[in-house]
Amino acid sequence: MNVPTMAELAAKGESPEILFWVGCSGSFDDRAKRVTKAFVKILNAIGIKFAVLGTEEACTGDPARRAGNEFLFQMQAMSNIQVLNGYNIKKIVTACPHCFNTIKNEYPELGGNYEVIHHSTFLQQLISDGRIKIEGGVFKGKKVTYHDSCYLGRANNIYEAPREVLQALDADLVEMKRCRTTGLCCGAGGAQMFKEPEKGNKDINILRSEEALATGASTIAVACPFCMTMMTDGVKNKEKEAEVKVKDLAELIAEAQGL
Amino acid sequence: MAVLQQIVFIITLGVAVFLIRKRILRIRSTIQLGKQTEISGDKMARLQNLILVAFGQRKMFKKFIPAFLHFFIYVGFLVINLEVLEFVLDGVAGTHRLFAPYLSEFYNVLMNLFEFLAVAVLLACIFFLLRRNVLKLARFWSAEMTQWPRLDANLILFIEIVLMTAILTMNATDQILQTRDAHYVNTGTLFFSAYLIPLFQNFSTPALMVVERLAWWFHIVGILGFAIYVTYSKHLHIFLAFPNTYFAKLEPKGHINNMPVVTREVKSMLGLESVTTPAGEPGRFGAKDINDLSWTNLMAAYSCTECGRCTAECPANLTGKTLSPRKIMMDTRDRLEEVGKSLAVGGAGLNDGKTLLNDYITKEEINACTSCNACVEACPVMINPLEIILELRRYVAMEESGSPAQWNSMFQNIETSFAPWKFSAADRFNWAKEQ
Repeated sequence: MNVPTMAELAAKGESPEILFWVGCSGSFDDRAKRVTKAFVKILNAIGIKFAVLGTEEACTGDPARRAGNEFLFQMQAMSNIQVLNGYNIKKIVTACPHCFNTIKNEYPELGGNYEVIHHSTFLQQLISDGRIKIEGGVFKGKKVTYHDSCYLGRANNIYEAPREVLQALDADLVEMKRCRTTGLCCGAGGAQMFKEPEKGNKDINILRSEEALATGASTIAVACPFCMTMMTDGVKNKEKEAEVKVKDLAELIAEAQGL
Repeated sequence: MAVLQQIVFIITLGVAVFLIRKRILRIRSTIQLGKQTEISGDKMARLQNLILVAFGQRKMFKKFIPAFLHFFIYVGFLVINLEVLEFVLDGVAGTHRLFAPYLSEFYNVLMNLFEFLAVAVLLACIFFLLRRNVLKLARFWSAEMTQWPRLDANLILFIEIVLMTAILTMNATDQILQTRDAHYVNTGTLFFSAYLIPLFQNFSTPALMVVERLAWWFHIVGILGFAIYVTYSKHLHIFLAFPNTYFAKLEPKGHINNMPVVTREVKSMLGLESVTTPAGEPGRFGAKDINDLSWTNLMAAYSCTECGRCTAECPANLTGKTLSPRKIMMDTRDRLEEVGKSLAVGGAGLNDGKTLLNDYITKEEINACTSCNACVEACPVMINPLEIILELRRYVAMEESGSPAQWNSMFQNIETSFAPWKFSAADRFNWAKEQ
């Protein structure tokens, strides 16, 4: 696996086509790291010149801002912007909808202006440009349901790109009753990922997992590391982890490509 | 007799206008307690929201049946107001059906259209009453829908039914009188009220005149009374939906408003900018009470008609948490009303020892929000409860350091290891070496 860093590229006086923003989940969470690697394999396989920030990357500040700590958010944002601007970054791709939303919508006010693309849109573009060719039909006839991430869907109106990726896989896409604009949150957004839920009669991820399982799909496709954690836990809670897999779009493509 | 009626009418109208004006000024001054915010962005985009979402009811139509019925009430409200204009002019001038001679044939078309709408409004209101009270649609019975909000909704529907019945009764008796007395201008056949004619056919002419006058008075006084009532009720959305959609946020829903005060401080801390502007009193970070929110948030609170589509979509509420986006808006309005009432009599106002946070909205509620924007998406008039929740969280985090312990740990992790979990920053790139 070839993962160049920005520091290495800059030392050679080169610049990448895209900066892959890995994010904290993608860097530290074991399950999300598999998504990171799958995405890197795809980039390597089709020869896209990319780089990561490596240890120079830091939390975008999303959970701090959403939990109310604006100081901490802006400290993070401004030091990230210094790093990104220092490398003269133009185009950023990330597999995390929270990083995507923050860098795309909230960094410009603080001096960070980049073209920011979520990996679902990026993969969909690669497919429609013919740079990713899917053959063999590993997923042909397999039932897949897609769980909308709030920070892609409602937050940024990205509903179709992830679905087009799944359709390109020839999978049998089945929708949950609550989908697209009315998609139910997995329960992790707004910094909920980092604390126990308030008292209630059910956990949100259990409710959402029940909805996903009710479709009868054998794969629950996600496009967000937090959704990944929440849905995986929900499926486990329902003791369905043997039959039903929670997978990121990048993993599904890597699998179809035999990467 | 006729002159007496004119005098009574003019006094009634004057009192109504006085009371409505007083109430509008009160609401305006409480909304002005909010922070002035810059209304940025494309004016055309704002106008488009106003036309499509408020005027065109676009977001209502996500649920077709209620939207269809609501549409009749809405159009009925707009169109029947034309008839109210005739009522008011007749009342002041002591005339009867002032417009009829000028519009001749068209008057009949217009009256029939009004009647059609009156019947549609009446049926829609009956359906809505049944839906609330017999079918007991869950979102009309959730926790914050206490006695008053439920009564308020029922009263509005009931008053509308009564007002529409008055129009139809008036037209039915009028049509009989047209055959008996030259004073009553010929309107031609009025399709819907004609069905009521048999009920009154056997009445004597004087009795009919009394019924017609009573119905007329009942309708116009009812409308004036309703207009006053509306300003005290959740029904204000009939006016405020329009400015509310115009001033609604234009940025993608995922965007959270920046705090320039913090930007200045952070820039100086990082040595990016020397602070030349005088420090001054920075004011409160985030919101503890209504005056810390922007005036658009406060107007939104008055625009809420408590339909509960937000709460019905809220993942926290769906799983039994105390958070309800509708309650956030209702609490904000209740607090505004409380402060406004107090200020009007020279009371303590904002300094009454109470605040929106804690006395109305608890930390447990705001902490449960996933910022998923389901409530924002659901609102037919583009109210944004999330903005209020986030401002309250900002106050708790920055002024009180009162966030949940696990969030405080998360803050600490970001500060020390630049990730929300306790991993060493040096290990961030280790994944590339793992197989």
